Amino acid sequence: MTAPNATSATSPHGVTVRVEACAKTFGHGARALEPITLDVARGETLVFLGPSGCGKTTMLRIIAGLEKPDAGGRVLFNNADVTGVPIEKRNVGMVFQSYALFPNMHVADNIGYGLKVRGASKAERKARVAELVALTGIEGLEHRRIDQLSGGQRQRVALARAVAARPKVLLLDEPLTALDAALRDRLRTELDQLLRRLGITTIYVTHDQAEAMALGDRIVVMRKGAIAQIGSPREIYFTPENRFVAEFIGAANIVEAESRDGCLLLPGGKLALRQGSIDGKATAMIRPETIAVIAPETAMLTGRIDAISFIGDRQRLIVSAASHKPLTVDAANSLQLRSGDRIGLAIPPDAIRILPPERSL
Amino acid sequence: MRLNTFIALCLLPLAIVVGAFFVLPMLRLILVGGSGGMGLSAYAAILTEPRFRATLINTVVLSAAVTLASLVISTVAGLFLQRNRFPGRALLVAMLTFPLAFPGVVVGFMIILLAGRQGVIGQISSLLTGDKWVFAYSIQGLFLGYLYFSIPRVILTVMAAVEKLDPSLEEAARALGASPWGVQRDVILPALKPAFVASGAIAFATAMGAFGTAFTLATNIDVLPMLIYTEFTLSANIAMAAALSVGLGLVAWAALALARTFAGNTVAAAG
Repeated sequence: MTAPNATSATSPHGVTVRVEACAKTFGHGARALEPITLDVARGETLVFLGPSGCGKTTMLRIIAGLEKPDAGGRVLFNNADVTGVPIEKRNVGMVFQSYALFPNMHVADNIGYGLKVRGASKAERKARVAELVALTGIEGLEHRRIDQLSGGQRQRVALARAVAARPKVLLLDEPLTALDAALRDRLRTELDQLLRRLGITTIYVTHDQAEAMALGDRIVVMRKGAIAQIGSPREIYFTPENRFVAEFIGAANIVEAESRDGCLLLPGGKLALRQGSIDGKATAMIRPETIAVIAPETAMLTGRIDAISFIGDRQRLIVSAASHKPLTVDAANSLQLRSGDRIGLAIPPDAIRILPPERSL
Repeated sequence: MRLNTFIALCLLPLAIVVGAFFVLPMLRLILVGGSGGMGLSAYAAILTEPRFRATLINTVVLSAAVTLASLVISTVAGLFLQRNRFPGRALLVAMLTFPLAFPGVVVGFMIILLAGRQGVIGQISSLLTGDKWVFAYSIQGLFLGYLYFSIPRVILTVMAAVEKLDPSLEEAARALGASPWGVQRDVILPALKPAFVASGAIAFATAMGAFGTAFTLATNIDVLPMLIYTEFTLSANIAMAAALSVGLGLVAWAALALARTFAGNTVAAAG
């Protein structure tokens, strides 16, 4: 590795991205995106997460310059307005779900294409391609045809091609979705390390919450063209602001019950809440792994095991009669439990998150 | 053993059809070609006899030009039609494939109506320039007629190939900084190459063997199918006609075979 490479690996680079009041309405009047404003810091990895049709890809395409926002919307790179700049002049790196590698060029030509178009000399191109081939670990494949590559290799080539011309921002549209599950997990880790090493401003679109958690500095959870919540993976997971986020990220028990005197009243007993809870109807979110299984005699809340599925690192219980709806509980895999057992449940007050009342969406 | 007999019996109809309609007539044609006064040198005469050679070159050049023009026109039109949706598009596509429904004689007749002595072009040109443009019976007329029936064959293949193109290929090239022309040159056209080769070969072979249009229009110019016809009917030189037929078949077949190996490779590369 050469010296300039080492410096670029440590200091964050790329641009800050600001999206200002960007909405998108398609020709037939369908609203894909409500007006959205957000900032991405230099070197940050921001993940847009949401179910299909939530507008995340449209958002990415607006930042890329493949779609124009509705009138009034602006996209700024380093505070300069690029809304009217076409994609070929924006200098963004983009990785597509299908990878979109050029079948008529071999691997090295694919990676070097952006440099060639920008008029880089042959020597310069060769050096940069070699650097990226080493960085992405695809040595020896330089002269392969695209159809001779495996899915994982294609993904690496697509990434190398996207960053070759040192783009201002890297945009990835579901880059792991086309791969099978085992490979996806491995490449996710690899991609995370690679993005950290590149240190470039990255915007990543996915519908996979595990991917979003692993890769994002911040996550933007989207729903029906609007932002449901922005926050770090931990914030999104532990303190969801609404029911949609709570249910979309990880497994969640949503408990609707009466709250009185600092306790949630349930059919199987009661649950102590954090101080400052308000009496009345409440919706609470409880993660399955925060629920401890204890002896029923000493427990404030009891229930009956309806079903057990052994997952390996833990066992997942479906517990009825504790709440109005069955609760999902993740218990240690060493516990000897059987379907039909009566068990006690303990939940620390901090793990119970009272969700704000739903706005009608 | 019984199974093998059964399979052999199943192959019998195929063998009969191939033998009766392919092997025997071809063999007979090749033999007849060598049975004339010149013997087997009739085949050599296709290249050595100036009249035959000129006609062969004419036909090949005309067919190649028609193929090239069809490819250019069909690519531009096919790309446009596949990427734009507008009222009347379906009708336009249907009309572009219309020539497939006409026999060559009708195509020739239409060229006469267009560029013949009483043709539309002649009337317009004499009004505008005082000069009557008549080219239906020349190589230009033939070119136009051949082009007319070649375009649908090419355009349908090109449109199908464009439809199968991954739209993110173009977006990827643009993201990398390619201009609209650069995208066409580096990405779209190379990706369509298999379709060009396949449909171009069909267009070439069809133009080589077209008879109806040539029969209607080729008064001032000889093309191979016309030459075969005149050798056969007027000169009763059956051996020469057979030799020329074999020659024509070889050229057209070679074009198709070449395209198949070539397109086969590129199709695989397009993965």
